[in-house]
Amino acid sequence: MINYLIPTLVLVIIIYGLYKKIDIFDTFLEGVKEGINTSYKLFPTIFAMVISINLLTSSNLIEDLSKVLLPVFKIISFPPEVLPLALMKPVSGSTSIVILNDILSKYGPDSYIGRLSSLIGGCTDTTIYIISLYFGTIGIKKIRYALIVGLLADLICFIISTLVTNLLF
Amino acid sequence: MINYIWAFLISLGIFYSIFKGDNNITNTLLTSGSTSIDMIINISTIMCLWLGVMNIARKSGLLNIIAKKLSPLITILFPEIPKGDECISYISLNIVMNMLGLGNAATPFGIKTMKELKRLNNKKDIASRSMITFLVINTASVTIIPTTVISLRLLNGARNSSDIITASIITTFLSLIISLIVDRLFFLIWRRKYD
Repeated sequence: MINYLIPTLVLVIIIYGLYKKIDIFDTFLEGVKEGINTSYKLFPTIFAMVISINLLTSSNLIEDLSKVLLPVFKIISFPPEVLPLALMKPVSGSTSIVILNDILSKYGPDSYIGRLSSLIGGCTDTTIYIISLYFGTIGIKKIRYALIVGLLADLICFIISTLVTNLLF
Repeated sequence: MINYIWAFLISLGIFYSIFKGDNNITNTLLTSGSTSIDMIINISTIMCLWLGVMNIARKSGLLNIIAKKLSPLITILFPEIPKGDECISYISLNIVMNMLGLGNAATPFGIKTMKELKRLNNKKDIASRSMITFLVINTASVTIIPTTVISLRLLNGARNSSDIITASIITTFLSLIISLIVDRLFFLIWRRKYD
């Protein structure tokens, strides 16, 4: 079902355009031009963020940090195995997918740890990357409370994920 | 602020690598940009496809119809957006794509939304309230079907790879609602203190 959703959407839009007697081919090309211009302007932001994020992830700082923070998280009964994922998630999407895969293969997807990390993997997105990409592209310099609220949203997600895993499984 | 985030990430990475005596750091620095080429190629093809298709939807008036229909719902979350404005349809499409776990298809609509929100914003380089609310919805990632997670679970031999969906829906909506409340609180506090 879901596999056909996007092609159907495209089909509906094109048929509706024909029905309204729009010059659909030229209109499409106009949009493509805007698309390639936007991507062109997008590249510097992506490049800058990829460099900084790759440097941070390859320095192993986040893995080491989660080792240091381990005792704190034992107190609030958040499984320390999930901590690298939680710390990496706001920074890098691709790296956190690798970490999630490691956790799932090590502890099994049906374990408590496996389920909790699946929930965390699904319910947050890479906050820092999204903020810099979206604001960087449109040239916003003062982001006000965006970063604080974005990171708080991640924290909220971790807490809710833990609660839901405890209640449902 | 973005200056500080970027400097923070880079210097932390370099400092820590040197501190730990990582000899590979020069190599990492020189090659770390290469993934961005793959990313931009992926993003630009999807961007061209969607902005092309959406241009047809816009000219034929389909976007206006969607915007009018979803206007009451979206303006609850974004009180600053005028009723029936075009960016409502971009916001809705971004949310729908995210809900279906199609992050790649969501990004073009996200960037288009930010451009439209900038048009509505009268301050040039300061983030508007709507922009931040939109970012919160995006970072909280409203996913009904977490496709990546499901496929990873399947790959690692889950008994039932999709039994995570119910839990995922509950988690995602609860955390979205709480995050939106936090966003609104911050807006009120910030307006009183700094603006």
